Amino acid sequence: MISEVIPTLLHSVPVDDTWITFDVNSFTQNFWSSTFDGLTFGAIYALVALGYTLVYGVLNLINFAHSEVFITGCYGVFFTLSALNFGPSAPRLGFWAIVGNLVLALVVAIIASALMAVIVERVAYKPLRQRKAPRLAFLITAIGVSFAIQYTIYWWRGPSPEAALTMFRPLAIFDVFGTIVDSQQVVIVVAAIILMIATDQFIRRSRTGRGIRAVAQDPDTATLMGVNKEKIIVTTFIIGGILAGAAALFYVMKIPSGVQYNGGFILGVKAFAAAVLGGIGNVRGALLGGLLIGLIGNYGQVLLGSSQWTDVVAFVVLVLVLIVRPEGVLGSSLGKSKA
Amino acid sequence: MSTTDGPTLIPDDASAQEIADREAKMRQRKGWFPGLSDKWNALPRQTQWLILIVVVVIAYLLPILNPPLITTEPGNNWQIALAQMSVYALVAVGLNVVVGYAGLLDLGYVAFFALGSYTAAMFTSPDSPYVHIPYLWTLPLAMAIAMFFGVVLGVPTLRLRGDYLAIVTLGFGEIVRILATIIPAMKGQVGFQNVGHPPGTDSSGQPIFLNSSGTPWYWLTLTIIIVVLLAAGNLERSRVGRAWIAIREDEDAAEIMGVPTFKYKVWAFAIGASVGGLSGALFAGQVGFVNNQKFDIATSILFVAAVVMGGTGNKVGAVLGGALVAYIPLRFTAIAEFKYLIFGAALVVIMIFRPGGLLPARQSLLAYGRLAYNKLKGAVGDIPPSGKVVLEPGKGADNE
Repeated sequence: MISEVIPTLLHSVPVDDTWITFDVNSFTQNFWSSTFDGLTFGAIYALVALGYTLVYGVLNLINFAHSEVFITGCYGVFFTLSALNFGPSAPRLGFWAIVGNLVLALVVAIIASALMAVIVERVAYKPLRQRKAPRLAFLITAIGVSFAIQYTIYWWRGPSPEAALTMFRPLAIFDVFGTIVDSQQVVIVVAAIILMIATDQFIRRSRTGRGIRAVAQDPDTATLMGVNKEKIIVTTFIIGGILAGAAALFYVMKIPSGVQYNGGFILGVKAFAAAVLGGIGNVRGALLGGLLIGLIGNYGQVLLGSSQWTDVVAFVVLVLVLIVRPEGVLGSSLGKSKA
Repeated sequence: MSTTDGPTLIPDDASAQEIADREAKMRQRKGWFPGLSDKWNALPRQTQWLILIVVVVIAYLLPILNPPLITTEPGNNWQIALAQMSVYALVAVGLNVVVGYAGLLDLGYVAFFALGSYTAAMFTSPDSPYVHIPYLWTLPLAMAIAMFFGVVLGVPTLRLRGDYLAIVTLGFGEIVRILATIIPAMKGQVGFQNVGHPPGTDSSGQPIFLNSSGTPWYWLTLTIIIVVLLAAGNLERSRVGRAWIAIREDEDAAEIMGVPTFKYKVWAFAIGASVGGLSGALFAGQVGFVNNQKFDIATSILFVAAVVMGGTGNKVGAVLGGALVAYIPLRFTAIAEFKYLIFGAALVVIMIFRPGGLLPARQSLLAYGRLAYNKLKGAVGDIPPSGKVVLEPGKGADNE
């Protein structure tokens, strides 16, 4: 194995530190549970990835601040549920009371995220568009605004994660190959897929969706045809914000203590990797890419033995995809998608 | 003159006006010191050298002068502050090659810095079980290793549009930190202590390069900065530099004009990475301790902020920007806590209102174009009315 070879090649002194070890045994044992968990995470990545993909399709811009749009939603969920007396242990409430509370948190998160998305667009991107700034300028402001938001939250809430909030106790629903699938996983995956189908249909069928596709294809021609480009851009940011807000609820549901000032950042990189993997600008590609990144990341984590490997594996996958198929698995862009 | 046969060679009044308008616009987008670079360029060469020598001498004397008001004391040791500022300045010079010259946004520059630091640490620290080599040898080694990773990362991503590079480098920056945490051999937070230093002892037998003495480190780094600046200046004026600027201004046009854009982008990325590795090794030597805590993405964004603040594409601006980014939190300790917030917001504000930064880069290509145009115009003016203007192919566009 590599881990034994490298040190002996390098030197003489006995080495007890290893580089990389593989735990195949754990991988085969936990295969199904990591599959289901991976799909759950993948659904969340996919929702965030949609925000990247839509903005990229319309503006040809990586909205680095989308991870902060997402984390704003997480804080929305956190504050709402804290106000509703949720705590580290599962609440003793009836089914409908919990559903009501979660819907309220979802609404708050969506509003917070969408608002943040619009603010980012107005403050950071619109002035540059008006000045016809070069592409590099957009990327620099994007990372700058992302950073400024992150450290505003840091300044306000401090470096440590917020107290954990458990929304409900996951119940076993069914049993697949001896592994239990719980209600939490089902809720997240089903809700995420419904949202994604709704977005897909909205973009394919509605009038606004046609506008989005038109601007993605050719902004100038779209403007000539009577599409209000600025309005379409803001709408796109709002849709991305709504999906990020929903993703925020599911994220806090899955990782109760994950609300932290920089919690959005690495998730953002993974979600972007998902968008690229599926084909950036492609709405269905975001779903596929998200699920794939979730699965691959989770397998990598079990195989290599630390949860932080998830990020490394996702990143390596991103680079490999860029080498082999830079257009992503599904390829086509937002503008070209048929309807 | 005759305009009946052939295409007109000289831009007509309308397009001349257009060029003049565009230049007027460029002039408006100057930095905080408008006209400074024009004035500088107007000076005779000898005067420029004289001023430069004075500036360099002052720079070398800074740790001894310890000028009041500017100094970071009390609060932070001035000599060590200078050593840190010089490392940041070197980082900014390296990143400026990537971001400023070639227009490639590298958001994970800290990864190359980290690679350099770990190279210096793992080959000199007694905590490391591997081969030990003298510290000074780790400097070229750090450059080579960082350059290798730069190429490995650059080749797959530089073929694609610039945005991918931004996100891949952002990911890479984070991954190097995570790997330093989770790979046991890299010792995570425990890190490597007693990183080596250059040889030499003073009269009392103490090593000159102590971690607690900033001055020798500052002088060493300053010397390296000057060497790198001279090299960068030569590159900038060479074929490579012109290719980079052409890529930055319009990649498609550059490709069509026969610039092998991919090759030059990889070069820019690799050269930038190697300077990052070098500065990382210097940093490790000065601090004497390397662990996984110092190489987060936030630091990487500070580096980008340094280049953007100084003036993207201007190497002197980069030195200034890098030094400032290190200096401001050390001097004004009250706001040190908010440095990331401040520099993040500064990036947005600068890009919107002062895209040129402190010292804007000369618009070299446009300036050359203008020069060529004026030459042409002058040449045409001398031609007798009956004569035809004969242009040698390539002479007009290629301006040395």
